[in-house]
Amino acid sequence: MTRLVSAPTAETGDCFEEVEVRGHIIDSLILPKILDLISAGGGGFRIQEISIGQTRSDPSHARVEVRAPDDRTLHRILAQIADHGAVATQAQDCRRVAADLDGAFPEGFYSTTNQRTEVRLSGKWVPVENQEMDCGVVVDRDEKTARCLPMSEARAGDQVVVGHAGVRVFPQERSRDPQTFEFMGSSVSTEKPKGLAIRKIARELFENRARGGRTAVVAGPAIVHTGSGEYLEQLIRSGYVDLLLAGNALAAHDIEQAMFGTSLGAYLDREGLAEAGHEHHLRAINRIRRAGGIRRAVETGVLTSGIMYQCIRHQADFLLAGSIRDDGPLPEVVTDVLQAQSRMRDKLHGVTFCLMIATALHSIAVGNLLPAWVKVVCVDINPSTAIKLADRGSFQTVSLVTDVAPFMRALFEELAAIGSREG
Amino acid sequence: MDRAPHLLMCPPDYYGIEYEINPWMSRSRPCDHDLAAGQWEGLRRALEEAGARISCLRPVAGLPDLVFTANAALVCEDLAILSRFRHPQRQKEEPYFRQWFAEQGYRVYELKSRADFEGAGDALFCGTTLFAGYRIRSDIKAYEEIASVLGCRVVPLELVDARYYHLDTCFCPIAPGVAIYYPPALDTYGRRALRELVDDLIPVSAEEAGRLAANAAVVGHTVVTPTGCAGLHERLRARGFTTGEVPLGEFIKAGGAAKCLTLRLNGEEAAVPFTKTLPPEALQKTRRT
Repeated sequence: MTRLVSAPTAETGDCFEEVEVRGHIIDSLILPKILDLISAGGGGFRIQEISIGQTRSDPSHARVEVRAPDDRTLHRILAQIADHGAVATQAQDCRRVAADLDGAFPEGFYSTTNQRTEVRLSGKWVPVENQEMDCGVVVDRDEKTARCLPMSEARAGDQVVVGHAGVRVFPQERSRDPQTFEFMGSSVSTEKPKGLAIRKIARELFENRARGGRTAVVAGPAIVHTGSGEYLEQLIRSGYVDLLLAGNALAAHDIEQAMFGTSLGAYLDREGLAEAGHEHHLRAINRIRRAGGIRRAVETGVLTSGIMYQCIRHQADFLLAGSIRDDGPLPEVVTDVLQAQSRMRDKLHGVTFCLMIATALHSIAVGNLLPAWVKVVCVDINPSTAIKLADRGSFQTVSLVTDVAPFMRALFEELAAIGSREG
Repeated sequence: MDRAPHLLMCPPDYYGIEYEINPWMSRSRPCDHDLAAGQWEGLRRALEEAGARISCLRPVAGLPDLVFTANAALVCEDLAILSRFRHPQRQKEEPYFRQWFAEQGYRVYELKSRADFEGAGDALFCGTTLFAGYRIRSDIKAYEEIASVLGCRVVPLELVDARYYHLDTCFCPIAPGVAIYYPPALDTYGRRALRELVDDLIPVSAEEAGRLAANAAVVGHTVVTPTGCAGLHERLRARGFTTGEVPLGEFIKAGGAAKCLTLRLNGEEAAVPFTKTLPPEALQKTRRT
């Protein structure tokens, strides 16, 4: 058999269906006829796979993606070519089973990936909303929409998709634009030139802002410890950050730094440890708790600088998710993990670019929630953070193994350079 | 073993125009029963004279089209792939055909796909290839299954004229690589495929096609058509074939003629066995009768 296979495509705004044709479709000119009918009917096609019989008696087989500008045209074409033996490969609707319990799916539920997914409902392919890995798919009551739903949010009676029939997934294609993300998918390595990568990340941030995209930054406390907080502040001030996701530690040390000039008791602008500096972050947390929260502290003049201050001043949204080792915590920290996850999920809708800096816990948590088409850059001094992200399915991540301080400085400088050139 | 061409026919005892399932049929133009019986006998005689052995299926009251035995099945060696008629009127014939093949010791195959398939009326061997009409009576999906059952090349041809509703009304293989055809009954792709795959295509005029000239019965080198197909006969004789004609007007009223009234049981003249173990050269020279 001669086999030619091409990768499936997923372009938005187009209606399409995959069909297959079998038999002696070459000698009989049935395949060319079908392709001609598709074109004549106002559609387009792409041969996904073709196997041509080697001997006269061997049948051939072709899988063809039929594309049309609208649903009506597509269905007209499909009806026409069906008479010539082209049948939809996925001719059945997805199977649904009602959840019998709160907080659990029926056995055999379809487990999602972070890739673009569609389910078939009443013969129509419907995009799954809120795409997220490791969820189930729930079909809404009107039978017209479907969305990813985490297991814990399932409610008895929810119509949950079961099995793989009537579900199609579109693997994320690598960017075709070599100017932007050509280093996507490169493996984690400490031995790669960083300058070019940082320049491209800066370009991505700049363009994402320019085209009205939303950028999320996931940040660990090392940003403050290393004295790089000021660069993140600059990014926030310049409108590059729409959403900051972090834990108690980043905010606590940032506020400590704003109030005492130290991070974990160490001075950031000179050598040495402050007297009783180990208490600084607790005193900072205490002041914020007394003020009634970070926002109130900014409004009442208790907090006058730092990352959190800039977030509030420049309307950058933030979410602080708690963990069991947190001191305090700060009043804004969401300590219920399921609630934190759910609020992160809500806030991540519409995010188009995500920069993860120096945190394994929060990076992996956010990576789990993002669909595969959101570009992710992960910067960490520890290669295992990037490896863990990729292993958990966030393979769209570009990783940079580097100390956070030089990265932040270089990123800031690149952005400043682009800004001065292009406004 | 008797290698004489062996045909299945069914006497027209209950033949008549009792329903309308093709443009030829009109209940306002009923058949003359005695005339039909005479024409049928005339065809049988002509075929026997040409060297055929005829087996007869017992006619059944209420099944007027049982005379058109070409639609019983597709027969290949000892395998009979049974028809699954498109029209309910003819679906009632299926059990009688099934029973006959089973009684005669054929391996009876019923299509697993739910596609319509009208037997040798739509599936005709020419060389090692099965040419197969679709769209009007048979579904193209049936041919996928038939190709895998038989292990031969099956070339579907789209029928585009309702008057030529079965492939055997517009295409008639008469020897390996030689066939009669009426091009306008096929779509352009089908015509192109035929030109690629059949060396000598003998076209018939619209007038003679309308007399069902292409619905010919082939026995050895003799091609028997309805009367009034002089042009075709001339072309056939020029190629060394013997021609015969019988009046079949009463059956043409139902859209069938010599071919429709017969089913070849032991390998058509145009068919070449496609046993894969034989080298292709041997296949080309081996005639099945």
